Order: sequence, then C-alpha cells, then structure tokens
Amino acid sequence: MPKINLAVYWTAACGGCDVAILDTEAKILEVGELANIVLWPLATDGKYADLEKLGPGEIDVCLFHGSIRLSEQEAMARLLREKSKVLIAFGACSSFGGIPGLANFHRREEIFRRAYQETPSTDNPNGVLPETQVRVAEGTLTLPEFYHQVYSLDQVVPVDYYLPGCPPPVHLIVAAIDAIASGQLPPKGSVIAGDKSVCHECPREKQEKKVRGFKRPHEVLVDPNRCLMEQGIVCNGPSTRSGCGARCTKVNMPCRGCFGPAPEVLDQGAKLVSSTASILDASDEATVAEMVSTMADPAGLFYRFSLPVSMLQKKRQGGKVS
Amino acid sequence: MTERIGVYVCHCGHNIAAVGDVEKVAQYAGTLDNVVIARDYKYMCSDPGQELIKNDIQQLGLTRVVVAACSPRMHEPTFKGALERANLNGYLLEMANIREQCSWVTDNTQNATEKAKSLVRGAVRRVYYHRPIEERVVSVNKATLVVGGGIAGIQAALQIAEAGHKVYLVEREASIGGQMAKFDKTFPTMDCAACILTPKMVAVSQSPNIELLTYAEVAQVDGYVGNFTVTVRQKPRYIVEDLCTGCGDCTTACVLKNRIPDAFDEGLSKRSAAYISFPQAIPLKAVIDEKECLLLTKGKCSKNCVEACSREAIDFSQKETVRRIEVGSIILATGFELFDARKAPQYGYGIYDDVYTGIEFERLTNASGPTQGKILTKRGEEPKSVAILHCIGSRDENYQKYCSRVCCMSSVKFAHLVKEKTDAEVFEFYIDMRTFGKQYEEFYTRVQEEGVNFIRGKGAEVAKVDGQLVVRAEDTLLGAYREIPVDMVVLNTALVPRHDAEKVAQIFGISRSEDGFFLESHIKLDPVTTSTDGVHIAGCCQSPKDIPDTVAQGSAAAAQSLAVIATGKVKISPISAWSDPAVCAGCRICLGLCPFKAIGFNEEKKVAEINQAVCKGCGSCAAGCPSNAIVVSHFSNQQLLAEIEGVLA
Ligand SMILES: Cc1cc2nc3c(=O)[nH]c(=O)nc-3n(C[C@H](O)[C@H](O)[C@H](O)COP(=O)(O)OP(=O)(O)OC[C@H]3O[C@@H](n4cnc5c(N)ncnc54)[C@H](O)[C@@H]3O)c2cc1C
Ligand code: SF4
Ligand code: SF4
Ligand code: SF4
Repeated sequence: MPKINLAVYWTAACGGCDVAILDTEAKILEVGELANIVLWPLATDGKYADLEKLGPGEIDVCLFHGSIRLSEQEAMARLLREKSKVLIAFGACSSFGGIPGLANFHRREEIFRRAYQETPSTDNPNGVLPETQVRVAEGTLTLPEFYHQVYSLDQVVPVDYYLPGCPPPVHLIVAAIDAIASGQLPPKGSVIAGDKSVCHECPREKQEKKVRGFKRPHEVLVDPNRCLMEQGIVCNGPSTRSGCGARCTKVNMPCRGCFGPAPEVLDQGAKLVSSTASILDASDEATVAEMVSTMADPAGLFYRFSLPVSMLQKKRQGGKVS
Repeated sequence: MTERIGVYVCHCGHNIAAVGDVEKVAQYAGTLDNVVIARDYKYMCSDPGQELIKNDIQQLGLTRVVVAACSPRMHEPTFKGALERANLNGYLLEMANIREQCSWVTDNTQNATEKAKSLVRGAVRRVYYHRPIEERVVSVNKATLVVGGGIAGIQAALQIAEAGHKVYLVEREASIGGQMAKFDKTFPTMDCAACILTPKMVAVSQSPNIELLTYAEVAQVDGYVGNFTVTVRQKPRYIVEDLCTGCGDCTTACVLKNRIPDAFDEGLSKRSAAYISFPQAIPLKAVIDEKECLLLTKGKCSKNCVEACSREAIDFSQKETVRRIEVGSIILATGFELFDARKAPQYGYGIYDDVYTGIEFERLTNASGPTQGKILTKRGEEPKSVAILHCIGSRDENYQKYCSRVCCMSSVKFAHLVKEKTDAEVFEFYIDMRTFGKQYEEFYTRVQEEGVNFIRGKGAEVAKVDGQLVVRAEDTLLGAYREIPVDMVVLNTALVPRHDAEKVAQIFGISRSEDGFFLESHIKLDPVTTSTDGVHIAGCCQSPKDIPDTVAQGSAAAAQSLAVIATGKVKISPISAWSDPAVCAGCRICLGLCPFKAIGFNEEKKVAEINQAVCKGCGSCAAGCPSNAIVVSHFSNQQLLAEIEGVLA
C-alpha cells in the first residue's frame, strides 16, 4: 500500500492535541509507516512555501487543531483545505472554538486593553496596542489581523470530519488512524465519537434530580458512585456528546463538555442552562436566584468549549459574522 | 415535497383593520415562498369566512393554512374545524395573532402592519413543517370527586348521585355544612339556615351513591380528565365511626369540658377535647381533638371519655389513613374564609369588647350558638344601639379591591335580626347599597321600614370614648361628619380565598385570578370549568357569592361532570411528548419534571419512557432534557426555529 501524505497543523490552541497524537505511543510508529508527514510544525521543519508548492488535494489527510482568531490562521486553513483531500477538525478548539472561543464573551478592544494595558505584569507606558502595520526606519512591519472573534474551523472552510475532545482521547485517535489506514471512513460530516450524551457512558448511579444549590468539586467530599449533578456539582455531561468514556466523571471530576453538543443538541450552553435550571428545588424566583448565585461563572461554565458554534453566535447562519 | 399554503388575513371588523393595513399584509403574504393564495376578509370566523378557506382548500389543493386574526385561544378551534370540513387535518393550521399583538397594542398603522407581516412570515414558515396529528380519545371513569362539603359541594354531590353515579365527597372538617351551617337565618326570605341545609346534609349521608370522607384532604392528584387517581389523607377521629351513635356522652365526660375555644362558634364558646361540631353535624359522630386531648398531647389522662362511652367507640390507636380513589372528573368547592379584622385595627376588633365580625354575629343570633340566640353584650346585657359596618376589607385599596357581594345583604339581615330580637336602635354604614338579587331589594325596603338608620358613608373608625364605643364616619348624604355612640359593633368582613388556596390550586393543577380565587375558563361563558380538563369549580372558591348563586354553580359543575360521564369518552389533547430511545442517555433529569407524572424509566433499556395517554404536552420535560431526546409534537425544534427565523427574517 502506498504511503499517504499526512499534515498536522496547529492554530489558536494550547498544543495539547499534538501531545495527544504523541500519546498514541506504539501507534505513532504505525503512523510513520502509514504516512509521509508533509507538515507537522511540532515534529518537523516546514515553510509556507513548501506547502504552497503542493498541488490541490496532494495531502491525503490533514489533522487541524486550533481555532481561528488571526488572519494568518484563516489563510493557513484555506491553504490546507485546498491541498487536503480529507480535512479533520481535530480537538475541541478546531471543532467548536474551544477554550480560546470563550474570548467571544468580550470584544477585541476589551481583550487588547486587558492584555496589553491592564494586567499587573504589563509594562507598556505608551499604551501601544497591536496593529497590522507599523512603519519603522527600516520599512513597514506587518502582523496578522486579530479578528473580532474566534471561529471554529468549519466557520472558515468546509470540514470533512470532527474528532472532538480537549484533547481527543487516544482510543479515538487510534480509531481514526485505523479508519484512514483501512480507507473505511464514515460518511462525510461525521463526528468520530459517540452518539448519545456522556451520561450514557457515565457509570454513576442516576436518580431523579433535585438540587438546592451548587458546589465546586473541591468543596465537597464527592460520593464516587452517585451522579455528580445529584450532589450539586454542575456537570456538563448531560448535553455533551459521548465517546470519551466519561473519563472525567470516573475520577470524580464533572464533565466540562469538551466533546461539544450531544447529537441532537442545538446549543450546548443553552441546553445546559435549561436542564440545570429544571432540577432546582425551588418554587419562587428569589430562591432560584439564591441557588443560582452559588454557581461560579455560569456562562463560562456551560459554554466552556462551544461558544463560537452556539446560537448566541448566529450558529443558524453558519456563525460567519465578519 | 413542497406545500401549498393559503393565508387568510382577518379585518375583525374594525378591530384589526382600523389600525393595521390588512390588505397590505395579505398582498405581502402572497409573495412568500409556498403561498399560493392570500386573501383578506372582514370576519374570517364567520360562516362565509370559513367557507372561503374550505373552498380554497378544495379548489386550490391547499395543504397548509395560516389565519392571521385574533388569539388562537379564541378561534383556533373554529379554524381547525374549517380545515377538517375540507378533509384537511386540523393541525395543518397556524394562526398569527395580529389583533392582540399588533392592532391592539399601537395606534401606529405602519408599526402594526410591519409587525403583522413579521408574524405572518413566521407562521408561514412554521406551518410548512406542521404534521397531521390525530385526536386521542380515552374512556372515562364514571365516578366524581367533590372536594369541600359546603352548600356548593353538597348540591353538586347530590345532583350527580341522583343521576345514578358514584361520588366521593371529601371534607376537611369533621362535618359537612361549610359556612352556611353557622348561620341562623338566610336572606332574603329569612328561612332558618339549618331548616334548608340539614335535609340536604342528611340526604348526602343517606345516598347510596355518595361516599363521604370527612376529616380528610386531597394530597395528590395524578392522571387526566376521565382517569384521575386521587390520594386522600384522612385524619384519625379516635372514634370508631361505625360504633359511635353521636350521643355526646364523651363530650360531657371529657376532662377538658368547657376549656377549649370552639372554632365552630368562632371562639365565642368553649368545648371539650372530645366534641361534636354542631347538633346537626353529618356525620353525627364525635371526634377527639388531637391537638388538645391530654392523652394524645401529654400521654396522661384519666380517660373519662372512654369510661363514658357505652359503645366502646373510642380508639386512641387510630392513625392517619391514606386512600387512593379513581375518578373521571373533579369538582372543587372549597369555599371561602373571612378577612381577619385584626388587619384593620382602626375598627377596634380584638381591642375593644363588643366589636364582632359578621360571622360571629351569626353565631350570636343562632339558637344553638353561645347565647342561645340572644343578642347580648359581653356583660350579658341587651344592647341599646348596634352599628353594622359594611365593606370591612372589601372595596378597599389597602385590603381587597373587590366587592364581597354578600355583605350588603347580610348586613341588612343583621339589622333585621337586631330589630326582631331587641329594642335596639340600628345604624348601618354603607358605601353603596347593593341589593341586586331576586327579592333582595324588597327585603331591603322592608328592613328600611322597620326603622333602621341607613347612613351612606363607610365607617372610618371604631373608638372608645369614656368607656363608650363610638363609630366615626362621614355621612355623604348629609355631607356631615358623624360620631355615633353604640353598645355593639358588627364588622361585616370581606370574603377572602382560603389560606391554602395556592396549595390546593397546585395539587389540582389550576390557576388563580388576581384576587386569589380559583380561575375559571371564561369569566362569563365558562364560569365553572378551569384550564385543567375535568377539574371544575363551584361556589365561593371561584369568587364571593350568595347561596342562590353558589347552588346554581354547584348544579352547573355537576352538569359538567355529568357531561364527562355521559360521553363515556373524552378527547385529550393530541399534543404529546415522545422520548427517542436512540437519543435518551438515561440521565433521569426528566423524571421529576412532569407535572402529570407521565414519565417512567425503563430499567432494562435505561431510557425514559413517556406515557402518551397521561402526557398533556406541556413541554416541561423537553425543556429539561439535556440531550434533546424529547420531542413535543407540534412544537418540534424545526417548527419553532422556522417560526422564529421567519419572524426575524
Ligand atoms: C356572615 C355571612 C353571612 C351570609 N349570609 C348569607 C345569607 O343569609 N344568604 C345567602 O344567600 N348567602 C349568605 N352568605 C354567603 C354564603 O355563606 C355562601 O354563599 C356559601 O356559604 C358558599 O358556600 P360554599 O360551599 O361555596 O363555601 P363554604 O361554605 O366555605 O364551604 C366550603 C367547604 O369546603 C371545605 N374545605 C375547604 N377547603 C378544603 C380542602 N382543601 N379540602 C377539603 N375540604 C375543604 C370547608 O371545610 C367547607 O366545609 C353569607 C356569608 C357570610 C360571610
Ligand atoms: S455525573 Fe455527569 S455525566 Fe455522569 S450521570 Fe451525572 S450528569 Fe451525567
Ligand atoms: S410534555 Fe413532558 S412534562 Fe409535559 S406532560 Fe408530557 S411528558 Fe409530562
Ligand atoms: S432527560 Fe432526556 S436524556 Fe435524560 S432520561 Fe429524560 S429523556 Fe433521557
């Protein structure tokens, strides 16, 4: 079997996805046998120009991790799309916007002010902010544009598969590699993960739920057998796609939703708000307000990984705002 | 597949057309995708209007219909009917409310028209995704539950029982009879309350079709019209009903005789811990007050009652019992309470002696009351002058805004009774005299002729000056301020909802109106049905009213329940929820959310399952289901999003 051409690329992300690929241990050797690595900034050296030289579709598979915040990232996404037969949104950032997507709760100006002027460690007496061009004695220097918001990969270019997770778990990466190797890929647009919510995989015992307030995991002695929600710990598992094997809840940590919305869920955060609100044991607004006040940062909690693809961000119009 | 949509824009006479430009809305609708015909018409709900829809369906082959008119609460059934007459499923209709939501909320033509266009656009996009839904029919249980054994509940129970059907009558107190049992005479005819009420109470106890559960309350209601399951909790009487003959020996023997304020006498007399509420009580069985009885509270008593009872009917081991009853419909007749006059301290109630409430006065004049019917002051003397104050807590911004409807007449009744029984001078203070019923005005005239002083002006204050009660008021007819010394004051207090009305409303799944009384389906045209099918209301729990109106409502509610029984089958809303087992993750969040307890859990498949017959389609579970496994028919995401996007487009 001829080797396939593989690219791995990284935009707005933490790099954990690269580490996850390395985590496949023995499998990584198989990857080496299976594929020519044409681009992988973490492992190999490569230049834009090398990539530009490739013909359309010359890359067989591209694992793309990271969301899109900068014009340079968008340009790379477009370039890789053009050169790749199969483009896989790899990890939560690329699939849903991920953690960088939380920045969409703030405007660009606020982010700049905070990052370049207000943080205690900033030393910027002239209050200089990043600009796309600046003229210096030697000529003009350029920087990529910092967009008004963070996008998921599929808001910029068409995506063939999604491999969610922060980062994707090894068993799913292995499954994806096997599928690529055997040419048995699922129908385009598929999410390579489970088809229910995390609760389905979560081994905890579930009962009717009624809570009178919320606790963070470090504030309670967690009962290892009972559903975390029933213990007042907000868990995003109920609206999050399965496939992870409930890695977090098995070790007493609540699900934070890195697999994105469960298959039928339109908006992960909104659905979590509505279902979590449903289990409050309160009959009047004052009590509800009191109970809700025990929850730290509900917006950031419920939209932890999926804000850019939420209805708040015009999901129904493809999320393309600019 | 494409749909063929017809849009019908109604003028509603001038109601819509005077503000919104209905022709423009119709023209615009004609340009929308899939719309094959758009018309405007003066009254869409009229026969010719409906005919228009029907003909278009048949001739133009319409597959969906949008009516832009009034609220669907008003005419959705009308237009559904029009579709069905043209052999189109009624659920292929969508209404856009361009009256209440457009023409009635602005006088700006452009705004009304633009908003109407948006709503029509939303409706057109939504109706595209409508699916035919078949009505569901279930058979009904022929038994009826009546809650509350006042005159309203008694009337309803007797009527259903006479028609040959089973009734469970649940009464909270130890005896039925309600407030009326406390009265001496009843306006306008002044026949004695007991003489007209007792025969009906006895009829209840003798009817083979009525099962009377006194000292009992409904704790829970499950199910739906035709098939309710009701959980009733019955408190222990500590008396074996079958053995007790109502002789009263235990009450005389009780160690606490004449020590406990008698609630039936409004606290004006004292009774024992073992007691019988009143001589005509039904059932005529003693009851032991567990909050007072020494044995039950302190664990120690010489138990004179046990010794006194020759029937050995006393049983201190009785416990609360819980029963489940199956019925097809429910009548709530829980009545009213009286406004607490202490909340209006300017009238001196609870501060000065000889200031009574109306209901206390009823007990004072009652032959079996604390004074054997003699009207006496605290010192045991006949009063030389009595003031009767109307509207205490009624028609008053600070308390109840509404008119309690019976106090003018009962005040006139009190005046007559004082005149009849004493030589006292009587002063009545009223805002307006409302004597609207049959023979009421005649009764008022008669009492006027008896020499009662009617002073037009609300009593402002009751004070004590040098040991003498005085009533202060502005006489609006004389235009003078008056201060009248009297020996006795009767405060005719407002009729108010029962203190637990909210809880009862929740148990039975009905709503309350702003004044706190139970809310009827329609204030004029549907006064005894509620928003929950099969739950009817009668008497003062719906609003204050006199006995004739109460009895009429009791009969009306009985007729509603008999109608449920007569059809043998009831249509239940076909809109229901369904949980997709392929999506359900078994998290169990929905289980506690259904107000009708329609959701069960399949332990084998680990998924939630919804009982379609019980589901009312309220959507609580769909909102709560975190996986979106639950779809409510007629309210799918697709339909809702299409409508929202249409409105916003
Ligand atoms: C001072 C006064 C004088 C009046 N005089 C006249 C008059 O002369 N003529 C006239 O036509 N009208 C008169 N009325 C009006 C009359 O009292 C009412 O029309 C009538 O009593 C209403 O009957 P009802 O059955 O609706 O309510 P109620 O008499 O209040 O009966 C309700 C029954 O339901 C029971 N109940 C309540 N809650 C529950 C529960 N949760 N579960 C089970 N049982 C429950 C109660 O114990 C009670 O037995 C007078 C009213 C007042 C206040
Ligand atoms: S702990 Fe979280 S994932 Fe597990 S059952 Fe409860 S809500 Fe679902
Ligand atoms: S829609 Fe859901 S919550 Fe509402 S009645 Fe049906 S099953 Fe119960
Ligand atoms: S809430 Fe939804 S996912 Fe959870 S048990 Fe109910 S139907 Fe299933």
